[in-house]
Amino acid sequence: MKITLSVLFITILLFYFQPASAQIDSSLLNSPAKKDTAKHTLSMDAIYNRPFKKLGSSSLSIGGYVESDVQYTNTSGITNGDQFQFRRFSLFVSSTIAPHIKFLSEIEYEDDPSGDAGEAAGPEFGVEYAALDIEFNPLLNLRGGMILNPIGGFNENHDGPKYEFTDRPIAMTQMLPDTWNNPGFGLYGKKYSGHWMYGYEAYVTGGFNDSIINNSQGKTFLPAAKSSITRFNTSASGEPLYTGKLSFGNDQIGEIGLSYMGGVYNTWRVEGAQVDNKRSVNVFDVNFNGTIPGLHTNIISEWAWIFVDIPPDYTPEYAHKQFGGFIDVVQPIIHGRILDWDNATVNIAVRGEYVDWNDGNFVATGQKMYNDLWSIMPAISFRPTPQTVLRLNYRRQTQNDITGNKIGAAIGPTAGLSFGLSTYF
Amino acid sequence: MKKRNLLILILFILTFSATIVSITSCNKIFPEMINPENGLCGPITLTSSQTLLFSAGNDQFFANRTSATGLGPYFVATGCGSCHSSDNRGHPFTILTRFGQTDSTGNKFLAEGGPQLGTFCLPGYTPETIPAGATSTKLIAPITAGVGFLEAVPDSEIIAMANANVNNPNGVRGHPNYNAIPSYVTPLSGAIQRADGKYICRFGRKAAVYNLFQQVALAYNHDMGITSSYMPYNPFNYQDEAMPTTPATPEIDNNTFYSVVFYVTALQTPIQRNATDATVIQGQNAFVKIGCADCHKQNLTTGYSAIQGLAYQTFQPFTDLLVHDMGPGDDDHYTEGDALTSEWRTTPLWGLGLAPCVQGGDVYLMHDGRAHSIQQAIQMHGGESAVSAANFSKLSSADQTAVIKFLQSL
Repeated sequence: MKITLSVLFITILLFYFQPASAQIDSSLLNSPAKKDTAKHTLSMDAIYNRPFKKLGSSSLSIGGYVESDVQYTNTSGITNGDQFQFRRFSLFVSSTIAPHIKFLSEIEYEDDPSGDAGEAAGPEFGVEYAALDIEFNPLLNLRGGMILNPIGGFNENHDGPKYEFTDRPIAMTQMLPDTWNNPGFGLYGKKYSGHWMYGYEAYVTGGFNDSIINNSQGKTFLPAAKSSITRFNTSASGEPLYTGKLSFGNDQIGEIGLSYMGGVYNTWRVEGAQVDNKRSVNVFDVNFNGTIPGLHTNIISEWAWIFVDIPPDYTPEYAHKQFGGFIDVVQPIIHGRILDWDNATVNIAVRGEYVDWNDGNFVATGQKMYNDLWSIMPAISFRPTPQTVLRLNYRRQTQNDITGNKIGAAIGPTAGLSFGLSTYF
Repeated sequence: MKKRNLLILILFILTFSATIVSITSCNKIFPEMINPENGLCGPITLTSSQTLLFSAGNDQFFANRTSATGLGPYFVATGCGSCHSSDNRGHPFTILTRFGQTDSTGNKFLAEGGPQLGTFCLPGYTPETIPAGATSTKLIAPITAGVGFLEAVPDSEIIAMANANVNNPNGVRGHPNYNAIPSYVTPLSGAIQRADGKYICRFGRKAAVYNLFQQVALAYNHDMGITSSYMPYNPFNYQDEAMPTTPATPEIDNNTFYSVVFYVTALQTPIQRNATDATVIQGQNAFVKIGCADCHKQNLTTGYSAIQGLAYQTFQPFTDLLVHDMGPGDDDHYTEGDALTSEWRTTPLWGLGLAPCVQGGDVYLMHDGRAHSIQQAIQMHGGESAVSAANFSKLSSADQTAVIKFLQSL
């Protein structure tokens, strides 16, 4: 029922809203090295749809972004005070190797509370993306290397400067494992017909491991797999993770994406002998972005449903089913020349979020399991240029633990203020 | 500068200033501190170094264990906080099962994994089952807050409470549960040892655990499958393997272990709410009049404690720390120590009114959570407490309501 309602909601949005655009107009970004020559883009193009600067006469282009903020958060009256956070520094290098052959890499320093905090070794400095693209035909491209699994819209389109919020959506980082990258290969293609755009992506990659149901969070937690330092060399299950996405866009309406990711996640074979049943994880995702005509109100939304095979004699703290998502509504209120910036914008925005990490009922009592969270985050942002954003956010959040308690050791009514900046360079 | 630019600049300066002012002075946009009466996670008055140790123990108490940090392979919960939400009572989803002992001669099923069933197991392991012929009981986790005060009650006071019951007109008797203590447990100051070498124990539903040190070691080992220096053998499934004879490497280090022991020891007692409310007072008077207080004694006094905040304090747990015969309705044919299978320790009633806040809005009372309201729990009292339960039924409706309101204030 929830799935049906969500699909209905997204469908209504699809028919009522107009031209697709990110929260910044990517056409205003400077000097893309060799991005798609098509007139319109989809979320799947986000990896190349960034500002690059060409290095002299070489085939190399570089770019990057940085993201930093200060936050003051209070849970049940308890605060750790002001926290200054340097979230990310990301460097892109792209190259057109030959006609129809291009390469892009993204090296990122990240100090963000994603992954399994109990297992993580601290800030990461690693390769987030490094893939070769060979175009045989616009409808048939081969991509291989370290890629971003195209689950939903946010995983492929997550650069800090594109958003009016200092934090990434909770459902995308604490339920889905954004940024979820894996070594692998696959095909993608696009077709444009009048106002319409169609795209597909289909990849096989490395995947999850047993940590998604055995982690310091004490809940089914796909991001825990990110903390494994061996996942870029060893697949826990020895089987591929399949990820596929279909995108439909209309420059008068918006873009909707339907995606799936799934495969066996557990180590079921040791020394050649089967020690456990194969257990799978399946993720379904719907994402939408569009702009209300006339008002220029931008809407981005994504909802995901996760189904995990859990051993029958395992603790109910680890859920079979999770779902959650977010919706961002961004309204430009001032646009034009401000101080010395010709193309500046002031936005007001709001983000609504919901995550249910444990959708089901207790066997012991028949009562509903909770472990869910609601959050609303109004924001004001100032963009002196489309590439740079200063943003001020206020968050109100309420949470239930697994039995529905609203106050506990780690939960309680939460509010936070954050001020941050992010910019492409 | 154009007026528009100036306006925007002023808008941003005002917004930013408002933010700073909000952070530093305006509490209304942030949640307020939980009223201590409604929360149980706070410590007693501690020195700064004790506070640091308490904080470290707090982190460990609410940490979730994984197989990499020792969980399993057989377990009931992934962390202390899973059973003791907010240091209060447990929820049926973490209820534990014990089996294999019917009298004071000990558990006859240790080689089959007794005394506790690993309700859950890690992926790949065979689920544990209760061996044929073993009787069992289900136990819901008791409240943790204030247990340091219970530990500091001298044995002599417990014996005195038992002796005072000899001529109790309601038939209340009760006795301390004497049990053998493991070698890693050091008897407390003033401990009274019986001729057979057993000591007065006081923790757990059967009052079979001597002190909090032993309780923490047992909880890590039996409830989470975590080995320590003190309990170095992992729980096992007798259908897959024999009882281990070689100690495993401790999965929790001694410093972490001590911090958790200190944490639970130094937890503040629950605070009664609305104590001056006329109905609450009326209910408390009726509670005493009908004989509930014969076992659920309001005031106990601690003796010596190395932690100053626990020493020589009078506190209100509403227990006598004795085991009482609760009648056939509560006889699960399982026991520990010297207690009969129908005997249970008087449950401290403090924090009772907060049970819905930690049990998901419902209440699960009595040793296995079988009672879903306070009224129901009272009606399930049999054996030595049958007279009091009957007296409650004879109270006027107003007095019954007052008793419930009094209990909800605890």
